[in-house]
Amino acid sequence: MIRLPAPKADVMARRPEIIAGLATLLPADGLITETIRMKPYETDGLPSYRQMPLAVAMPRTTEEVAAVLRFCHQNGVRVIPRGAGTSLSGGALPLADAVVVGLMRMNAILEVDYADRLAVVQAGVTNIGITNAVSADGFFYAPDPSSQLACMIGGNVMMNSGGAHCLKYGVTANNLLGLKFVTIEGEVIDIGGRHLDAAGYDWLGLITGSEGQLGMVTEVTVRILRGPEGARAMLAAFDSIPVAGQAVDAIIGSGIIPVALEFMDRPCIHACEAFAHAGYPLDAEAMLIIEVEGSVAEQDALLDRIRAICAQFKPISMKVAESPEQSLAIWKGRKGAFGAVGRISPDYLCMDGTIPTGELPHVLGRITELSDKHGLKVANVFHAGDGNLHPLIMFDANDPDSFARAEKLGAEILLLCVEVGGCLTGEHGVGIEKRDLMTAQFTPGELNIQRAIKTAFDADWLLNPAKVFPLEGNPAFA
Amino acid sequence: MNTLLPTDEAGIVAAITAAHAAREPLAIEGRGTKRAMLRPVQAARSLSTRLLTGITLYKPSELVISARAGTPIAEIEAALAEKGQQIIAEPPDFRALFGATEGPSLGGITASNLSGPRRITWGAMRDHVLGIRAVRGDGEVFRSGGRVLKNVTGLDLCKLLCGSHGTLGVLTEITFKVLPQPEESATLAVDVADIASGIGVLSAGLGSPYGVSGAAILLQGSAITALLRLEDFAESVAYRMARLREDLAPLGAARRLDAEEGLATWRAVRDATALGATPDEAVWRLSLPPSAAPAACAALAGFRLMLDWGGGLIWVAGPATETAHATVMAAAQAGGGGSFTLFRAPDSLRGAVPVVPAEPPALAAIAARVKAVMDPEGILNPGRIRLGA
Repeated sequence: MIRLPAPKADVMARRPEIIAGLATLLPADGLITETIRMKPYETDGLPSYRQMPLAVAMPRTTEEVAAVLRFCHQNGVRVIPRGAGTSLSGGALPLADAVVVGLMRMNAILEVDYADRLAVVQAGVTNIGITNAVSADGFFYAPDPSSQLACMIGGNVMMNSGGAHCLKYGVTANNLLGLKFVTIEGEVIDIGGRHLDAAGYDWLGLITGSEGQLGMVTEVTVRILRGPEGARAMLAAFDSIPVAGQAVDAIIGSGIIPVALEFMDRPCIHACEAFAHAGYPLDAEAMLIIEVEGSVAEQDALLDRIRAICAQFKPISMKVAESPEQSLAIWKGRKGAFGAVGRISPDYLCMDGTIPTGELPHVLGRITELSDKHGLKVANVFHAGDGNLHPLIMFDANDPDSFARAEKLGAEILLLCVEVGGCLTGEHGVGIEKRDLMTAQFTPGELNIQRAIKTAFDADWLLNPAKVFPLEGNPAFA
Repeated sequence: MNTLLPTDEAGIVAAITAAHAAREPLAIEGRGTKRAMLRPVQAARSLSTRLLTGITLYKPSELVISARAGTPIAEIEAALAEKGQQIIAEPPDFRALFGATEGPSLGGITASNLSGPRRITWGAMRDHVLGIRAVRGDGEVFRSGGRVLKNVTGLDLCKLLCGSHGTLGVLTEITFKVLPQPEESATLAVDVADIASGIGVLSAGLGSPYGVSGAAILLQGSAITALLRLEDFAESVAYRMARLREDLAPLGAARRLDAEEGLATWRAVRDATALGATPDEAVWRLSLPPSAAPAACAALAGFRLMLDWGGGLIWVAGPATETAHATVMAAAQAGGGGSFTLFRAPDSLRGAVPVVPAEPPALAAIAARVKAVMDPEGILNPGRIRLGA
């Protein structure tokens, strides 16, 4: 279990005054303090960790967010920013002495501008909500994390969320123009705007992916893109993992950048097929989902090229979707992979390392060894184009020993990712989950630079403390 | 100027450590091709990464390359071309603009986050930097990011250093994402009556499903031409060009440039030579929402103009005077405001005026604290971006 810092005794003792103070800043329905009603906010997408907060604030405006942060700053109260609570790394896990500041009431789309190809939205708008607002006109917002039905753009900014299509379209950081940013002192600052590459330091880039360490975001100006004429997926199944990896290299090497290039191993194929009935090949050791875009004729031409490349690697089978419906069926299995594993195991931990793609056969071999060593099954799904690996570790949360082994196995897999030249997290964030592994990727000096930059924004370490940076060697928790 | 020329990162560390101890300011540069950009740095000595050269890792199938900061962009482009790949952001070569005798280095392009026409669709240099090694103002080496395409581990200091113009650290090695070169490139030129109509053409192109990867407007005398570029497989370019011509037909007379003319035209846009600035003129860059460009350009009557990035990037040339600078700063307020950079000017002008917009006080206070973290004695390129920063 990851250690959480002791609550500040003085803050706990002042809870009634703090609640009374917050109540003067928010509408009557904007503050939750009863235990039963705070229950939904005690955890996030990493439900193994739970902690009831001091209170939950649900502001409706930037001014209310600023007032709450200013109050917390003046009163030495810790703040946990929260979007939809879908973080897989425990990024929104409360602390007992902290106020959760949630974005769920800030869900208005403020403006869509097709001439400048941007949308201005409040931070609590869901990821899919942006695309839904512009799709009738043929546009979309590109980053598409698996949680896109629920997760909020404010959370996406804080975690720099990716998705299955970022090989072509990039991650959140590559699709933003501006932010309304609120500091812990309650100052509201416009970062960026409606234009590209503002002169001066790239605050937009630093804040994106900062996991709530630097401030909160209340409005986001995103780039929206015109969608392609169409898209179609194909499957290619192979009887060995290294051969599937070679096929990926050959596709990229041929000059084709598919809009998505996903890899699943045998346990994952079986779990997804049982769930989605997508016609996945159950005799395969590895399967690729490859998606291309364009007119029907362009799709045909690209899929022909890709099929010819895959054919050199003696696939067990290949299947090209004949229609948009067949493409959806192919994707249904992949998009439901986490849920599918949830059906065959009481609980699972979803890992998120990135590796150099050439290391895939070696890494999957080592994961199999680690899985055997700890006696837990692992299913692997992988954004093969960009090296982002999602091993799903199956365990039973009702068995403390099983959970302990799952955490150990997860840590060893992430350390393996770092060892082969990769990183701890490709898109889920460090949060609480990978906090204590940060010393494997960064030197003490490098961690201290990052801590000092946090301090430049948040001198008292009130914002989402105890996440991202190990407690050991951390002056804020000495 | 006396220039320190270490041959490796340890040499950079030694030079900075000594300067830190002596509180001696250093002008930081790569190949020195952009010395005349932004504000003049008051330093007796400069520190160059020119001799830190060489590609240290290149994995074409992983779309990743690493090189030391002083490596010429041309050397990297040549290595990539051998494998049919390219730098995505299409970095400019401003030797004509700045009167340099050679092309830029990787470190210089990264530290100034300079991107060419492809930026509008495929992202800026800062979007493709995956990892850095750099030396802080007290001589400490640090890394951020890595060599993989997706990485959210820790604060993103790569982006903080990109565009910091050597004021927060000296880059020694950069790893970035690359992509295959397109099989074919084609350019459509549309004659338009005014800038607003030109922006209409660019917005229609960028709002089409055809993946336009360049969108610029050239002004030559009274002739105004909107340019749209497609880069893709040959069969796709043929199909998409036909569709684009059909869709844009009502907006003006269009012709397809031949391959050579297209290449030369986009190079002239990338390097801003198409702006036609005379040697005595100052040069500015404005970044605005494209819909604000007609108003901004109207406010700049009498200046030379060229537009890129769908009309959102406005290149301006005009008299190197404080009056002209005030006019340009006012034009940058069009459409709710954007950003400006005094890109080239005599020392007397660029030392006397703000060369980029001021930050709001709360942000300026954060910036000062971040600068103090990265460069405690303020020795790295002092005053390069703003007076006292």
